[in-house]
Amino acid sequence: MILVTGAVGNSTSGVLGRRNPVAKLGGALLPAVVLLAGVDPVSSGLILAAALLSVPAWGLSWLDVLRRVWPLALAVTTIAVGNMVFTGRKGGAVLVDAGPLLLTTESLAAGTAAGMRLAAIALPGVLAVLTIDPVDLADALVKHLRVPPRFAYGSLAALRLAPLMATEWETLGRARRARGMEAGRNPIAAVRLFGGRLFALLVGAVRRGSQLAVAMDARGFDSRGTRTCARESRFTRADATVLLGSAVLTATAVVLAVAAGQWNPVL
Amino acid sequence: MTLQSPDLPVHAHPQGGRVLLRGWGWRYAGRKRWACRGVDLDIEPGERVLLVGASGAGKSTLLRGIAGLLDPDASAEHEGEVLIGGRPAAQARDQVGMLFQDPEASLVMSRSGDDVAFGLENAGVPREQIWPRVDAALQRVGFGYGRERGTSALSGGEQQRLALAGALVRRPSVLVLDEPTANLDPDGSRLVMDAVQRAAGGSEATLVMVEHRVDLAVELVDRVVVLETGAGVIEDGPPETVFGRRGAALTAAGVWVPARWAAPARAPGRHRGISVPPVPLDVEADPGASQAGKAAVPSNRRLTTDNDAAVPLTPAGYLLLRADGVSRAYPGMATSALQRTDLELHAGEATCITGPNGSGKSTLAMVLAGLVRPDTGGAYLADDGRPLHRWRAHRLCRRIGTVFQDPEHQFLAPTVGEELAIGPRRAGVDSSEAARRCRELLERLRLDRLAGANPYTLSGGEKRRLSVATALATAPDVLILDEPTFGQDARTWSELVRLCGRLRDDGASILAVTHDLEFAAVLADRRIAMHDGTISPATTSPAPRIDREGRNE
Repeated sequence: MILVTGAVGNSTSGVLGRRNPVAKLGGALLPAVVLLAGVDPVSSGLILAAALLSVPAWGLSWLDVLRRVWPLALAVTTIAVGNMVFTGRKGGAVLVDAGPLLLTTESLAAGTAAGMRLAAIALPGVLAVLTIDPVDLADALVKHLRVPPRFAYGSLAALRLAPLMATEWETLGRARRARGMEAGRNPIAAVRLFGGRLFALLVGAVRRGSQLAVAMDARGFDSRGTRTCARESRFTRADATVLLGSAVLTATAVVLAVAAGQWNPVL
Repeated sequence: MTLQSPDLPVHAHPQGGRVLLRGWGWRYAGRKRWACRGVDLDIEPGERVLLVGASGAGKSTLLRGIAGLLDPDASAEHEGEVLIGGRPAAQARDQVGMLFQDPEASLVMSRSGDDVAFGLENAGVPREQIWPRVDAALQRVGFGYGRERGTSALSGGEQQRLALAGALVRRPSVLVLDEPTANLDPDGSRLVMDAVQRAAGGSEATLVMVEHRVDLAVELVDRVVVLETGAGVIEDGPPETVFGRRGAALTAAGVWVPARWAAPARAPGRHRGISVPPVPLDVEADPGASQAGKAAVPSNRRLTTDNDAAVPLTPAGYLLLRADGVSRAYPGMATSALQRTDLELHAGEATCITGPNGSGKSTLAMVLAGLVRPDTGGAYLADDGRPLHRWRAHRLCRRIGTVFQDPEHQFLAPTVGEELAIGPRRAGVDSSEAARRCRELLERLRLDRLAGANPYTLSGGEKRRLSVATALATAPDVLILDEPTFGQDARTWSELVRLCGRLRDDGASILAVTHDLEFAAVLADRRIAMHDGTISPATTSPAPRIDREGRNE
């Protein structure tokens, strides 16, 4: 439930928060694509630093971001530690030597670089998603990227049903307990029970989804005429500037990495 | 498809549309039976029609046909025609607005204003005309908030008002309502029907509706059409003529008849405002019931019927189940939490908890059933010191039976017979004893002919009876029911009253959480009102009105 509702953003009043969803997503995607191509501490460090510094401009507080991205932080830490322990690069000064566990300055650097890269890829996207209102996103996708309205607004309507599904899941669990069905410690029973519950959830979701589709068609969603939009989605100069800024930042990061001799393309 | 003329002024209301059905029939793919057949019906512009008929008579199918929402590709066969203002319904979709049962499954957008605007966007109405029309529609249905109000923060009744605005904003010449109050508590229902009345008052639109809360609906219509499975329209005329002539036959078929025309000895029309008929109601008067059935309720325990007779007629039995300081909060949810509550349930006692949606009554019932872990305190059976939420499920189901609002939630087996066998098997009941009990329950709840059927394929009333039977299969001491009469026809309703009364007389403790004030009035030895997570003894007048929603008026 918390995951579902937490995944939906709200538009904010920050300088970046106010931008068009397409600009925000584009601006976040650009560095991510480049960082996927290379592993080095310089480019990912610069982009991560820029993303962290930009938090207030998105209209978010540091604490709020931390509260909502903790699963990401956990993933980053896990990856970093995993890389430190299992990397093949074990040169440099030895820091820890406890039997199979060997940590050196080089392995520490390798782990940190891997963690930073993941964080730098993900954080801009997270910031964008946290500040995008789904309705605005659908409007922007339809208007600026010519996404079919049936897909965009259909997905939007489905998103509204997500919290209902979470409630339904709980009710199904209670109903099974009321019937004397509980897995206890038996893993096979647990799998069977889970399967039945999931199936019941899907049956309900399909039914509700088709009711929703009929209700939408009753209001002319399937009409073939030209559709208008009640809300205006504008792509302004400020939005273009965001894209441009993101491109400049990404290019700078690559140039610096190459200049520092760290650029290390994996592709 | 013609789009709405954009040059009409904001407050313009269209002329009513003529609805014409000629030899109309529809059979869904994969079904042997026609959902609806041989329907001939003329509805004049501006007429207001209530469509009634037993469950399965094809009322919803007919409404969808009028709204042009039936897909010919999804039918096995169809015949005849439906014309709206002279055009086939499928091509006259922009002329018809429709309101559905479940508001959760008809709202599209997260903000109220955007949702109303949705239908205008689809019709290609220019942006500068959209918002004035949205505001006018919201005003017309008496929506009490601004456009920015989140749709999930609304009560069911308010959501349904919003959905009505979303239909009206398209200026339909025909408005079709398919049980718009089915999912709502009594206050929500009133909110919606008031909005319909309000909207219909200022409009020439033709109105066609199906509605179980007939006492509210009959005030809005000037014509009643009775539909029968396979026979088309069997009665048609002003409400007083149709109900006057057919009231008894309709009640016998399970159709709710307004209290005004319900035969005095019959189950009452429901939700007739706030008063329960002062005449003693004989719950045994179900047409299927014989004199033998009548003897099951001893005369000294005549079921409580009068408003001020809501006192136990016999002293309550020994303590069975108690809730001890239970409370429960839902972090981040609008649902009001359950405040610290103590409650005792006794053998041979029927307790009904009433209260508006979100008052915490279902949470209390689930805690008492041992299905939800309370934040504080616990629910205990009198003879065991372990709180119920920590019991293993197979032991729990032997002592406490729970019936959920939606019967489908508790179905687990491919056939009715196997469904009944699950509980006793889990509870470790001896197999020959279990088989005997299942046979007896099948018979008692008139499910014996359906033992081999898939539970999901049953009718609404059959599903309800099966869900009660599954809870009874382990012969529990306590039976907890969540909205047992929800969506049920008159016949199942009186069967439920009779069954619960009999179980209570056999010494079980019954706890029902319900919006259905008449069910509570007829069954309860003790009535409890719940509001904002706290309980209080029910006042003698059945429904404490809540003013939160009334303020919208």
